[in-house]
Amino acid sequence: MKIRLDQVVKTFDTFRAVRGVSLDIESGQLVALLGPSGSGKTTILRMVAGLEYADGGHIYFGDQDATDIPVRDRGVGFVFQHYALFPHMTVGENIAFGMKVSKTRRSKPEIAARVQELLRLVRLEGLGDRFPAQISGGQRQRVALARALAVDPKVLLLDEPFGALDANVRRDLRRWLREIHDELGITTLFVTHDQEEALDLADRVVILDQGRIVQEGTPAEVCREPNSAFVMRFLGDANRLSANVRGGQAFVGETAIEAEASSDGPAEIYLRPGDIEWQPAGEGLAASVVRVLDRPGSRRVLATVEGGAALEFDVPPETDVRAGQEGRLTIKRARLYPA
Amino acid sequence: MAQSRRKPPRVGDGPIIRRVLIGTTLFFGAILVLAPLIVIAVEAFSQGLKAYAATIAHPDTRHAILMTVATALIAVPVNTAFGLAAAWAITKFDFWGRRALLVVIEIPFSISPIVAGVAYLFVYGLQGLFGPMLEAADVKILFALPGIVLASMFVTAPFVARELIPLMQAQGRDLEEAATSLGASGWRTFFSVTLPNVKWALLYGIVLCNARVMGEFGAVSVVSGNIRGQTNTLPLHIELLYHDYQAAGAFASASILATLAVFTIIAKVALERRGAGRRPALAAAAKDQNAGTSP
Amino acid sequence: MKRNVLPGLPLSLGITLFYVGLIVVLPLAALVFKAASLGPSEYWAIVSSPRAVASYRVTVLSALVATAFNLVFGLALAWVLVRYRFPGRRIVDAIVDLPFALPTAVAGIALTTLFASNGWFGSLLAPLGIKVAYTPLGIMVAMCFTSLPFIVRTVQPVLEDLDPALEEAAQSLGGSDRTIFLRVILPLLMPALLAGLSLSFARSLGEFGAIIFIAGNQPMETEITALLAFIRLEEYDYQAAAAIASVLLITAFLMLAATNLLQARALRYTARS
Repeated sequence: MKIRLDQVVKTFDTFRAVRGVSLDIESGQLVALLGPSGSGKTTILRMVAGLEYADGGHIYFGDQDATDIPVRDRGVGFVFQHYALFPHMTVGENIAFGMKVSKTRRSKPEIAARVQELLRLVRLEGLGDRFPAQISGGQRQRVALARALAVDPKVLLLDEPFGALDANVRRDLRRWLREIHDELGITTLFVTHDQEEALDLADRVVILDQGRIVQEGTPAEVCREPNSAFVMRFLGDANRLSANVRGGQAFVGETAIEAEASSDGPAEIYLRPGDIEWQPAGEGLAASVVRVLDRPGSRRVLATVEGGAALEFDVPPETDVRAGQEGRLTIKRARLYPA
Repeated sequence: MAQSRRKPPRVGDGPIIRRVLIGTTLFFGAILVLAPLIVIAVEAFSQGLKAYAATIAHPDTRHAILMTVATALIAVPVNTAFGLAAAWAITKFDFWGRRALLVVIEIPFSISPIVAGVAYLFVYGLQGLFGPMLEAADVKILFALPGIVLASMFVTAPFVARELIPLMQAQGRDLEEAATSLGASGWRTFFSVTLPNVKWALLYGIVLCNARVMGEFGAVSVVSGNIRGQTNTLPLHIELLYHDYQAAGAFASASILATLAVFTIIAKVALERRGAGRRPALAAAAKDQNAGTSP
Repeated sequence: MKRNVLPGLPLSLGITLFYVGLIVVLPLAALVFKAASLGPSEYWAIVSSPRAVASYRVTVLSALVATAFNLVFGLALAWVLVRYRFPGRRIVDAIVDLPFALPTAVAGIALTTLFASNGWFGSLLAPLGIKVAYTPLGIMVAMCFTSLPFIVRTVQPVLEDLDPALEEAAQSLGGSDRTIFLRVILPLLMPALLAGLSLSFARSLGEFGAIIFIAGNQPMETEITALLAFIRLEEYDYQAAAAIASVLLITAFLMLAATNLLQARALRYTARS
């Protein structure tokens, strides 16, 4: 099922949560809505579900205008952030609920068989008689997914699906959700504030800020070509240096930097920690090391450059570098944004 | 769980202060709370078992019991329905005047039952708003069962709602939204998702509401007219016997209500073990329940 | 009109407004209307008559004494129930609710019998020259009884949830038990205490059933305001009844407002800046 949002707007009291969002989601895609808190991502998801009604604009499911279809009839599967499992029902009863209340009548054995099938799919065979309070967080998450899938939704929507879980469980479930998606091929939209999660899992990433889409594209596109300083910062660690563009060439202090520069004038240069190379001597920006942090696969160096700006970069673990040392930095890659 | 015997003392753990505090509070507690309960039992049977049985079996007593039960059978279910409706409206929706509505629902708690009774007189009494109209239509509300029921409903209006609202507020709207997203209708959502999760709090409210309805004195004494054998509820009957110098009879009738009170307390404790009633702890528990922690 | 995702707002809100309107608002409005239909001078004459003023005095004084007693006793009882383990604690905890569960008329005749000069307690106090039943002291006893659970039940949960680390911190800083109680624990209990206090006081002001049996009901001496309103009704003096009842009603609303203000003030440290 293809989903299309056309100039969707939502205001709570006086807070403009979503300000004219248009978005196309192709059938069968797995799409992440990524943004900081308050960026409107959850509101968009809830409007697609029918858990909020848009104040303006339209939401289409295929060719059908779904804007005003109530959630009950919209045919979506929604996984809530804290799962919203019915605490007084067993895992099996939770999964069966949607089928029991459905307008299409199903026989008891039919429902039971489907519950078993779903329990197998989410790898929870044998836990059907437990209550939600008796299983782990990761298991609850999978029950919530099975419950949402039980009604054969046209669209699967997940609100911060891994938000409440430990880092390890998170990573496992992430891979597993991708597998399930590839197996079932349901159009899926999920909300996250974790860029790593979005980049790992999604076919396309939609980045939001203050109720607007700031960039969308494949993980490769948004990573390689972040179109604003906000996206650059939001996607990962980034160093910022003030620069000046003269004659199409960017300068930090008097050092020229390799970067696509546009119009002349003050600008900001953003550098990933991996974009910087350290040499004890030679060409490049003069820098002095402030601290060195050891990490499993590398060493993170905190340094200051001329003018006092602070930078962070990574060097291979065997590099001999100490606090107080002076050296030179060469810049392999950089992105330039007008200041 | 095994605990180390030796623990550093907390504030007030000194043996002297501990003994003095326990001793004093138990002494006053016994005088103020336990003694009345005992004196009711002693006085009720002071004239022997036979006199006790005769009082209970007296037609006026039996009629008073009937009136009390009939009042409760109407007022409690109506109040329960109201409490559920109010809690659903207030906790599942945002609308203008929601806070004001909460305050109005709680008003009967702060108002003297006598004021309630007097107020009802000015609605349905002959000198009240609808009195002349009702008189003309020959409808009797005051000095009859309907008046007693209405006054009881006023006094107990907040009882069920105030148990449900904090709990349903703490539980949020996620469960109902989940049920609706799975295709359940409103009634289905209410009966198979909302109700099972508030049943103990609901029962708790009903038990307390019932105790108050059956025991209400001030408001009912204004609107009932005190007609012996006709509009006397049990508490009014007790007053009548007591002022008639039939103390043993009054206490025999009182023993019925005292028994009800004891059962109410037992039910209350049993329901509190299931999580009803204790608001702060309850809200915290409701929050923890769905938030997954370690795998 | 905003659209709601969950169904049932018109029905549930309709029922709620209808019920609250019919059962709560209409009668109170009728009472206010009746009292307001008196002229100001007439109204004032009734509510400031010596007998009415005497009834306010005895009601308010007794309620103040009863609330003060319950403040100390209720706090002590809550403390004992939360902090100490002793045989029978659970039963004591359950029995605290008896004044809520026991009908006021039943409590009234039981207390009167206990404190009458030939009663179990009355006969012990009589040789000391203390008369309880049929004096203002009796009114206080009845008020103490009916409003006892309020302070215990508002303080108890807060005391239970009190973080032991706060006390430990105070101890580690060298505070004595007395200082820690007065400077750390008591301030934290203050919002709950104030809430219990005002509930208890309001209940005492409006109490009727438990008091009329033990009070003796002598005009100018042991006649409470609620009873005076009742007596005016029995005398078919409806205007006077309305006026006096309206005084009780206004007092109740003022108490309600004061409670909310006090609590908001006492809880101001929980507000986020």
